[in-house]
Amino acid sequence: MNDKLVIGGHEFESRFILGSGKFSLDMTKAVIESGKVEMATLALRRANVGGEENILDYMPKGITLLPNTSGARNANEAVRIARLAREIGCGDFVKVEVVNDSKYLMPDNYETIKATEILAKEGFIVMPYMYPDLNAARAMTQAGAAAIMPLAAPIGSNKGLSTKDFIQILVDEINLPIIVDAGIGRPSQACEAMEMGVAAIMCNTAVATAGDVALMAKAFRLAIEAGRAAYLSGPGRILNYKAEASSPLTGFLED
Amino acid sequence: MIKTNHMEYQKGMEAIDSNIMNQVLKLTNEYDYSKYTFEDVETALMKSWLSPDDYGAILSPAAAPYLEYMARNAAMETRKHFGSSVSMFTPLYIANYCENHCVYCGFNCHNKIRRGKLNSLEMEEELKEIATTGLREILILTGEARNASGVQYIGDAVKLASRYFSTVGLEIYPLNSDEYAYLHECGADFVCVYQETYNPDKYQQVHPSGPKRIFPYRFNAQERALLGGMRGVAFGALLGLDDFRKDAFAAGLHAYFIQQKYPHAEISFSVPRLRPFINNEENNPNDVHEKQLLQVMLAYRLFMPFAGITISTRERAGFRDNVVGLAANKISAGVSVGVGGHKNDEKGDEQFEISDSRSVDEVHEMILSRGLQPVYSDYIRV
Repeated sequence: MNDKLVIGGHEFESRFILGSGKFSLDMTKAVIESGKVEMATLALRRANVGGEENILDYMPKGITLLPNTSGARNANEAVRIARLAREIGCGDFVKVEVVNDSKYLMPDNYETIKATEILAKEGFIVMPYMYPDLNAARAMTQAGAAAIMPLAAPIGSNKGLSTKDFIQILVDEINLPIIVDAGIGRPSQACEAMEMGVAAIMCNTAVATAGDVALMAKAFRLAIEAGRAAYLSGPGRILNYKAEASSPLTGFLED
Repeated sequence: MIKTNHMEYQKGMEAIDSNIMNQVLKLTNEYDYSKYTFEDVETALMKSWLSPDDYGAILSPAAAPYLEYMARNAAMETRKHFGSSVSMFTPLYIANYCENHCVYCGFNCHNKIRRGKLNSLEMEEELKEIATTGLREILILTGEARNASGVQYIGDAVKLASRYFSTVGLEIYPLNSDEYAYLHECGADFVCVYQETYNPDKYQQVHPSGPKRIFPYRFNAQERALLGGMRGVAFGALLGLDDFRKDAFAAGLHAYFIQQKYPHAEISFSVPRLRPFINNEENNPNDVHEKQLLQVMLAYRLFMPFAGITISTRERAGFRDNVVGLAANKISAGVSVGVGGHKNDEKGDEQFEISDSRSVDEVHEMILSRGLQPVYSDYIRV
């Protein structure tokens, strides 16, 4: 079965996107390989271009870089960071991340919409990170987003699908890949999100804070694959009211 | 001689509309750490977000038996928020002239030390030399003397530093918000101002003269820096100068209220302890031993888990090595606390004695050996 993740016209076999900001650099390659990751984020503020210990040197060949705009506090700053990323050769993908809150690190949907519109017009493949709000997601779609990246729980929290119902609404209503970004803490939670119809999972802290990061990356890969297979196979329904008898009580009726 | 009122602004000092100082002083005045019980500490440690009162509990002597437990929690919080990253930077003292008589400081205007300031050529040589180590973040320091090291002079240093470093921080005398805005335009984004002690009476005693004597002007510096467009501000009490628990409590609350009022601000803490300086070898904190210092760091981490915590070369290597990743996420390396001294000989004497003189490479290796990642660049100026 041809079941590829398509973002902005680009096809990916893997539905596991890796956030790279919390690893030791020498771990990055092992995690990418164990997770069979094809796309990994790159915080431009960490790209020590021309200096020592450049994260770009640790990215295996063939990886699609997803530079993010972390550090941006408003749309203008996000746009400038995205342009810088393209200038230094990170490609056309960009994860728009606008955070104006140092405590909870909540994304600012309003500024994110504005940045999405500007960057999409400039030919970027824009993947906005957002708080799962249907109206904002619609506006981002209108603005030219290539995927929508709602948070499951506050970034780094490993709390799982705290916003599950709202992510489900996005899956049902938005005609773009919905990629859960932030908050997923365990492979089982990634699997659950995939069963809901989410297109891909992005995680970082859950893997980076594991005892064996490479093994955890593998666990996430398997969970994401399992969740996807379950979604595609169409899970059996769950009855909300009592049970359904195999010999119905009303079977005697003739018409 | 008639002393100036240390709680009254002097001419030229900008007063802003803020009640944070009153809130912090009131709560600190009421903070009686002897009242907390083991139960209070346990209750606080069970919470995912600590209230100011919970914070008071984990700073209290009752929390001492829980240090190991706090350390484990703090390590998890540090990992959650910063991963394996440990940021590296170095300070550059560009001048050591000072107009203040701070009785605990080697730069104080009555201390007979060699004074000096770098000219632009010397600054550039120093900056270039530091940049060869790979560092991308620099903290520019001066003594507190407007006349000798004016805002323009500091601005010129910041412009030069911006050519070689992606992140430029300032540890200078407090300024008005328009002056912070000017230095932000020049390329600085982060400002550290340490209140030293939050006890106004003690503050008055240890600052007998000079503009630094004006307690509220110093207190509101972080707010003026943010109003001037700076992205981050650092807080700290000089532990050991007065009652360290009350001072740490106040510094935490100060940062907490600033964060509430300015949610975008990047908050960080430093935890300086008193150090000996030239002509005063006895200047050591009496009651802030490493155990207490660690308790303060852990309490900062648990109270404001997202805030940066810096560990300086005031502390010995063994202590620094063990607190990175545990509570601290930022460490200085290749430090000289005299004026200049990286490329050429120092032009002025040191502010205090440092305990860890390791090079950037040595600190880098130490971080790696602990399974952590040295980070040279964690900021993009936009």
